[in-house]
This record gives sequence, structure tokens and C-alpha cells, in this order.
Amino acid sequence: MSVPRFWRELDSRYNLIGSYCKITRTYHYPKRSFNPDAGRDSIGNMVDYQFKGTGKIINSTVVHQAQTGYEMFGPYCMAIIELEEGPRITSQIVDYEPEAVKPGMKVKSVFRKLGEDSESGILHYGTKFIIDEVQEEDDDDNDNLPDVEL
Amino acid sequence: MRDVSVIGIGITKFGELWDMSLRELGLKTGLAAISDAGITSKDIDALYIGNMAAGSTLQQEHVSALIADYCGLTSQNVPATRVEAASASGGLAIRQAYMAISGGFIDVAVVGGAEKMTDVSDSESSYTVSMGSDEQWESQAGATFASLHAMIAQSHMDEFGTSREELSAVSEKNHYHASMNPMAQFPFQINGDAVSNSGMVSSPLRMLDCAPNSDGGAAVVLCATEKAKKFKKKGVRIIGSGQASDTLSLHHREHINRLPAIGIAAKRAFKSCGKKASDIDLIEVHDNFTISEIIALEEIGIFKRGKAAVMSLNGETRLGGKIAVNTSGGLKARGHAPGATGIAQIIEIVQQLRGEAGDRQVEGAKIGMTENHGGTAATAVVHILEAE
Repeated sequence: MSVPRFWRELDSRYNLIGSYCKITRTYHYPKRSFNPDAGRDSIGNMVDYQFKGTGKIINSTVVHQAQTGYEMFGPYCMAIIELEEGPRITSQIVDYEPEAVKPGMKVKSVFRKLGEDSESGILHYGTKFIIDEVQEEDDDDNDNLPDVEL
Repeated sequence: MRDVSVIGIGITKFGELWDMSLRELGLKTGLAAISDAGITSKDIDALYIGNMAAGSTLQQEHVSALIADYCGLTSQNVPATRVEAASASGGLAIRQAYMAISGGFIDVAVVGGAEKMTDVSDSESSYTVSMGSDEQWESQAGATFASLHAMIAQSHMDEFGTSREELSAVSEKNHYHASMNPMAQFPFQINGDAVSNSGMVSSPLRMLDCAPNSDGGAAVVLCATEKAKKFKKKGVRIIGSGQASDTLSLHHREHINRLPAIGIAAKRAFKSCGKKASDIDLIEVHDNFTISEIIALEEIGIFKRGKAAVMSLNGETRLGGKIAVNTSGGLKARGHAPGATGIAQIIEIVQQLRGEAGDRQVEGAKIGMTENHGGTAATAVVHILEAE
């Protein structure tokens, strides 16, 4: 990935910054300056929003033939995750037995290396997810737990 | 709106064609198609080229002019246009020519598709294919193209009870059909157990669930039906055409085990000719993975949602079954050369409707359909063809 492109995407990748639409009161990831559901009214009404980084697994797979740049991870888990605020993203699940990841499991974001050195020589860091075992399955309101990953 | 006919076809065998360049693929198939149609280069009003990835695999863009040049069409300055929609590039190129002829702008177009996927390493070609999904928010995050389809498959299994055995039946059937297609990349049979026990690519999808990344070329000549009489070949009419788009990322869809753009494109194609799913005698669908064939048949309405997998296992999609699906061998066994695939599908239907499909002929076939999609069906193109 080129340096300007990686730089442009830093906020979204490092800090899970997306958008909040003031018209439909919905959250979007990645950042959008236009909300397809609100049409033209949304322009100028999309504000940056930092996601809490908590969510749940919608579905997952164990990747045996790795994506380019991910060969070092061996078989690894990729998942579609639904963030607590609503939007879904595709991300790697780390620090957990890949085969044991199941739909409905709670996850939270961590900051990790995304891939090997690129051709341009920069290291790519970004957001991945871990299984949030501390949080109980049906206890969505429990926000008092220490955020050990930060 | 005028009727449009396919009056000529030309195709190469798909596979590792290391001795052939992109321009040679274009020339060879284009010449075969115009010879088949009985036309000369002076009859050609326009050239459309389906190509997904020449920039990534060959460092060559502007392949419309390249192929026009090497086919000798630049001496007449024939307008040449490249069409790109990932693996739907070929089907979409057909649709562009269809609309231009139907709308009365031109009378005769050659539509060629060509792709070189094996000039680069497997990892490079796999990455190129994943550019058909959201490179920034799927591929860069570690998702391979197979892994996205693996999640589609897993979700389909979770909701509808689709089994390993049923997925394997799709691949086994497509290889059976390919064994009767001399142009297929893998013209031999495999059994379902071999599919179920092949190496894991991304769970639950295994090696023999996945179509190859092939080299290949395919070309057709389209002509306004009213003008086709002066050429020798009996045509096959394109009676319906439909196209739809969807979110580029799989994760932005409400249901990850559905590919709704296929259903919408099919509905539009049916509406354009007043036909319905039960009128179709045979269909070529975009089985880049076994699960894609199952979902495509459900989206189009050939089978009810959640039923296509068991129908496949029961042999209903096999030659001689309720509806023959992918008599060419499909992407899995005929091969998948992205820009050429959608055109190869049309060619299979034309051969069948002309009654020239040899051992794999669907007896009495009158109406055929093609479904070609790009990425995780962020673009879907459907055509319906009828024997004249």
C-alpha cells in the first residue's frame, strides 16, 4: 500500500473512527461523508465518531491459504463482526483458537500489526479483535470492567 | 428496441496457456467468432472487450485498443471499449453491446473476453481476484476471496442445514459435465468424496470447491436480428438482459448467505422478455465457489431458498435432471478466466440452443440463461437466450 494511502486511512484503521449521521442517527464504518440512506441531506451532517470497539461475531472462517502479507499468521480466523453501534466490519480474530470462534461471541478491538513490511518499507498497524471472554453473553450493560487491552 | 442475435462464437480451451499472450487470445477467438458468423472485419461496427485484471497481471491497461490493433480493426478505426466489473466483465461487455445494438446505434459488434491469470504467481493471482471485493476493508484486513465465500457458505449451512456432501455434489456434477466438453480446463470426473477430502482453503471451503484462476479467451458476434439474415449463420436470440449492483463489501449486507443482486438482475431479465424461471431449459451460473452455484439458483428462483443444495445432491441440476446447470463444466471445471467467463457462458448456451453441444447436449433445449457476477455479487449480469 502506498504511503499517502495508508496515511489517509490512519484514523479509521488505528482508532476505529467512523461516522455518525445526524439525519438518520445511525453509525457508519468506515468513514463516509454521504449516507446512502439519507441521501443528499446527509452531506455536512456526517460527523466523526470513535467506535467503542465492542461487538459480536456474525460469522467466521479459518483461513488456511493466507492472504498476501498474512502468511506469518498460519491458519487464522477472519470474521464479520457487528459493532455495538450497528455497523459490521471484516476483521481478523487473534489470541484465540481459530476453530473455536463461533457466531454470537463477544469481541473487542485491539491495536495490532496488520501485515509485513510493505514494498514502500512501512509497517502496517491497525485494528483486530479478540474474544472478550470477561463480558457475559447476555450482559450488554456491564461497562464497569477494566479495559485491560488499553 | 431491436432484437439482437448471437451469430458467431469462438473460444479457447481455458487453463495455463503460457504460450499465448492476451493479444493472441483476443485475435484467435475474435477470428473464430467472425468466421463462424460468416462476416468480415468490414461488417464490424464496434468491439467490446471484457477484461478484469490486465493492469495487475500484465501491467497493461488500454487493452481495448491493444486487441483492436492486433485484430486488424484499427485500420478501419473501429471503436473499441473495455468493460470491467471484476469477474462479471465478460457478461457486462455482452450487455453493453446488446444495448448499443438494441438501441439502434450499431448493427454488428464483436464482444471478446480475455484474461491472463497464470502469468503471475498463485498468490498474486489470488490477490488480484480479491480486488473484486473491497480491497481496502476486506482484502487488506486479511480476508481472501475464498474466505468471504467461506463465511457465505458457513452462514448458509447454519441457516438452511446445507451439508458438506451437498457442496461436494455441485463440484462433482460440474466435473462430470466438463468431461464432455473438449474446451474445459479439467475435462475429467471426480467423485464427491474427493471434494470433501481435498485440502482446506478457508473453512468450510476446500480446494475442490474453488474455481481455478485461468487464462482464456472467448468471443461472440452480436448482430441486430433484422440485419442477421444476410449472414450465413442461424442465430440465437438474446431475449432478456438484466443487471444489478450491491454493496461492494459483503459485511454491509443484511444477510451474508444471500447474493440479492443476482435475483434482482434475473427479475429484470425475466421482465424484459416476459419469461419466468420455470421456462428455462438450462442455465450457466457463476460457480466461482460451490456455494455460489447453490445461492445463484435460489436467487434466480430455479429452486426455493434453502432447497438448491439438496436438489443438487439429488441430481436435479445434472444433465437429464430437472434443469441442466453448468453443462460447460462451469467455472469450476471449464475454468475461470474472469474477463472471458461471462462470454464463455453465452457460448455454451448458444452451442446448446444450436444443438451443437455433442455428448452434453440438453435434448430439446429452447431457452437458456446465463448468470455472471463480480466480487461477492456486487455486480450481477443475467441474460436469457432463445433458439430461433
